[in-house]
Amino acid sequence: MTERNYLTEDTRIISWLFTTDHKRIAILFFAAITLFFFVGGAAATMIRLELVSPQGRFVTSDVYNRLFTIHGVVMVWFFLIPSIPSTLGNFIVPLMIGARDLAFPRLNLTSFYLFMLGGCVTLYAVFAGGVDTGWTFYAPFSTMYSNGHVVLAAVGVFIAGFSSILTGLNFIVTIHRLRAPGLTWYRLPLFLWSLYATSVILVLATPVLAMTLLLVALDRVFGVGIFDPDRGGDPLLFQHLFWFYSHPAVYIMILPGMGVVSELVAVFSRKAVFGYKFVAWSAIAIAVVGFFVWGHHMFVSGQSVFAGLVFSFMSFIVAVPSAIKVFNWTATLHKGWVRFDAPMLYALAFIGLFTMGGLTGLFLACLAYDVYVTDTYFVIAHFHYIMVGGMVTAYFGGLHYWWPKITGRMYPEYWARAAAILIFFGFNLTFFPQFILGVLGMPRRYHVYPPEFQVWHVLSSAGASILAIAYLLPLFYLIWSMFYGARAPANPWGATGLEWLTPSPPPKHNFETTPAVTRPPYEYTLGGEARPQNA
Amino acid sequence: MSTWWPSETSHARAVDLLFMGLLATTALVLALLFFLLLRFAIHYRAGNASADRSHRIRKSWHWEVTWTTATLVAFLGLFVWGAQQYVELFGAGKSGLTVYVVAKQWMWKAQHLGGQREINELHVPLSHTVRLIMSSQDVIHSFFMPAFRIKRDVVPGRATDLSFRPLRAGVFHLFCAEYCGTDHARMTGRIVVMQENDFNRWLSSQDVTGTLAAQGERVYRQLGCGGCHGNGPVRAPKLEGLYGKPVPLSDGTIGIADEAYLRDSIVKPRAKIVAGYEPLMPSYEGKISEDELIAVVAYIKSLAEKAKRP
Amino acid sequence: MPETPAFQFVDLRQQHEVAQLGMWVFLATEVLFFGGLILGYSVYRFMYPEGFADAARHTQIAIGSANTAILLTSSFFVAWAVSIVRLGADRVAAILLAAAAALGCVFLVLKGIEYKVEYDEHLVPGYFFTFGGPNATSAWLFFSFYFVATAIHALHVAIGIMVLIFIALKARCGAYSARYHAPVTVAGLYWHFVDLVWVFLFALIYLPGRTS
Repeated sequence: MTERNYLTEDTRIISWLFTTDHKRIAILFFAAITLFFFVGGAAATMIRLELVSPQGRFVTSDVYNRLFTIHGVVMVWFFLIPSIPSTLGNFIVPLMIGARDLAFPRLNLTSFYLFMLGGCVTLYAVFAGGVDTGWTFYAPFSTMYSNGHVVLAAVGVFIAGFSSILTGLNFIVTIHRLRAPGLTWYRLPLFLWSLYATSVILVLATPVLAMTLLLVALDRVFGVGIFDPDRGGDPLLFQHLFWFYSHPAVYIMILPGMGVVSELVAVFSRKAVFGYKFVAWSAIAIAVVGFFVWGHHMFVSGQSVFAGLVFSFMSFIVAVPSAIKVFNWTATLHKGWVRFDAPMLYALAFIGLFTMGGLTGLFLACLAYDVYVTDTYFVIAHFHYIMVGGMVTAYFGGLHYWWPKITGRMYPEYWARAAAILIFFGFNLTFFPQFILGVLGMPRRYHVYPPEFQVWHVLSSAGASILAIAYLLPLFYLIWSMFYGARAPANPWGATGLEWLTPSPPPKHNFETTPAVTRPPYEYTLGGEARPQNA
Repeated sequence: MSTWWPSETSHARAVDLLFMGLLATTALVLALLFFLLLRFAIHYRAGNASADRSHRIRKSWHWEVTWTTATLVAFLGLFVWGAQQYVELFGAGKSGLTVYVVAKQWMWKAQHLGGQREINELHVPLSHTVRLIMSSQDVIHSFFMPAFRIKRDVVPGRATDLSFRPLRAGVFHLFCAEYCGTDHARMTGRIVVMQENDFNRWLSSQDVTGTLAAQGERVYRQLGCGGCHGNGPVRAPKLEGLYGKPVPLSDGTIGIADEAYLRDSIVKPRAKIVAGYEPLMPSYEGKISEDELIAVVAYIKSLAEKAKRP
Repeated sequence: MPETPAFQFVDLRQQHEVAQLGMWVFLATEVLFFGGLILGYSVYRFMYPEGFADAARHTQIAIGSANTAILLTSSFFVAWAVSIVRLGADRVAAILLAAAAALGCVFLVLKGIEYKVEYDEHLVPGYFFTFGGPNATSAWLFFSFYFVATAIHALHVAIGIMVLIFIALKARCGAYSARYHAPVTVAGLYWHFVDLVWVFLFALIYLPGRTS
């Protein structure tokens, strides 16, 4: 008995390659970013192997420099930024608002192919000899001194940037205009508020990156000299332009994760998110204020002391909405009916690890302390706590949560919980020692280091080996579940959103008739019974 | 190296105190958060039907305002604390024992005023404020001394300064903290803090080809600067006694003739024209190396001292 | 021939609104794209005011002014076309759109002539660039920005021309009506934006140093 759903609709390869169905495009993105995750992860594995010994004998300096560059470039632009938006976002957004597809389905497919083109160009840069500028491409090293494939890498990222822009554009228009009748803004699930905020950043910040990378490429190919001090150029201008995008980019990476956590915390406490409006507007606040803090990457770069004061102050302000979210999620658990299914384990891990990462951000926002720890392992630990401990954790949480809807199968619960716990343990062992390294003064991007730092590196590498295995587990049991997992009902978790009204998996056009919404999201009775949004 | 975690200036100790403050705040918040998360998750778990779930909090306003305000107050306090130390560090005055540092791939070159040169090492005396004036010959580097808890980027095309006052003799790490290419990880060195007598002995035992100012005078002559700035027919601002003085500029503002001004005047003379003079000076960009530039600036500084003495 | 809305839309009105909103969001990204470039230009202009003024005096103001007038006129035609297609006069709209596209082509031709003149005057950075006087360094920077900005703008004009021709052909075949003309509106928005960017570039590139 194979009922007609978006997977069985047309099984020819060509129908997948030319699909405009948002659900299939989401699957295409899933496959692609998983591939890139393993490329970036392979680079990370080699980095951690190299760092076990202080003399750096596993790889040469040039190879090491290319490894950390490609780790950053691939993980940021080809994994983290597209992860939740292009996979879970693409799949769930139309379902969650009661629409049949996104506003621009063909643009969605274009976004996928641009992403793949950018990825291929960047991978080609890797295999042709690599790039050694760091993912930050600082001038004048990148424009005048590097002998890596800077232009190729920059072009690859430039192309992938347009993929981001189109996805953001699609989401903004869809959320504005394609909502089901009765679905007012304050009845939107928080996942959509977060994706909306993310999309605003995608649309406004990415073009600046595009222009910056274009200028770097032109500088390198034509010797234009825009960032070359010998030609009257200013290297700091590069940094301002680069970080004007790259700081909001980190909010592109974390906001979708926060959106997922809001969903998970509500469903697995059988209770509405505490302070819904505060959480919703916090997402918007993070997106807006996040555009005004970029200079905190430049406290020691030579920008003026006054600029430092302004950016430090704004950086403290931008941390406030994140704190508000954490408090509200915690309060949601209060007097709820808390379950410990795998998605909830990931959500709880997120709250803890994201808060640790966020609090260490305060150390960095604090001017005098940043002077000490910037460009050290402290920063590396900070952003990995947020990106990996936060974002990747939320991604796994959302993946498990919506897996039944996407595949029509349940994943094996005990394997999933075991993997979640192993990931949590491996993650902390990998990255907590790096805070210590930073506080002791170990600089970043070093593969040769003084021997007194070795013990922490060994601990970190041990953790990394556990983390590597832990990340492989879901790959195996999720694929297994696609063939042998129990068949999933429409609403296995007893959640309230519109996406759970459709069968698992949904049919091609999602809804036979557009649902009419009468309730806010996350309404549960005192006993924990769900009240769907449309009943 | 000295102790396992040296902290050797008063600034460093202040930073460590700030660290303790940040750590305490973090630990408190985390402890509270973890406690609440665990408590709520366990006490209100689905299997515990006997937990009291009545009287759920409906109006969330009070809680929101309370925790937001508390957060803001804590953050503002931390901001001010950190900002104060930062302003003291980078807004520091221009006094101190000057040492010129040139960064290049992949080594540090230091030049004392007496002409003593060092590679990947910096000898400084105890209990004196040392002022580093740094520039790069190629890409961006960063001068990082973990024991003093300070660093600053060294950028090509401009001079940046960094001051510190070591309180204890010893040998401390010097790292390059801005990725600069192949041997970035090997661009390390030693900061050697010595007792004043030892330092002076060290200075006099070095091989010098003349003081830095004397080297600068040679460059000054080689490049023919005296042709305009001396007693020739071309009208150019006089350099005797110039260093440190306010300079009226053609756009109506008043500049100060510090190292950055002198350096810019040589490589970017159009940036600031002295009031009442024609913009005639050619740029020496590309015609003068970093080392020569430092030497000429040191020479012009020394003219100020000569002008003071009768 | 009345158009039915695409399957994800309830009616044509929603489809039209969605198309317009999509174009506005896209134009926002373009503002940031050109904005980054203009910011870089502004930083250097602030650092080297006389150099940039001197270099700007070497631009071809006659051609630049003619191009400005040409683009403004073409925008007028496009606006006219959009307003009358709403009344159902799609054949006339097609002619107007074609005229706008033709003016766009004239713009590109004049731009090409201008580039040739600048090449002959050795004002292309990297190709035997010579600039007399003391402002050579800042002139190099100015002309780098000039070529990058106008080339990217010209690319946008070229894309706009192709879009206008495509829409004009469809209008001539009767694809649009009072009920369904979203593509015309959206194409119009894009063209107006390209025109607006030119006005900014004109002010920043051709006008400095020419007053007094």
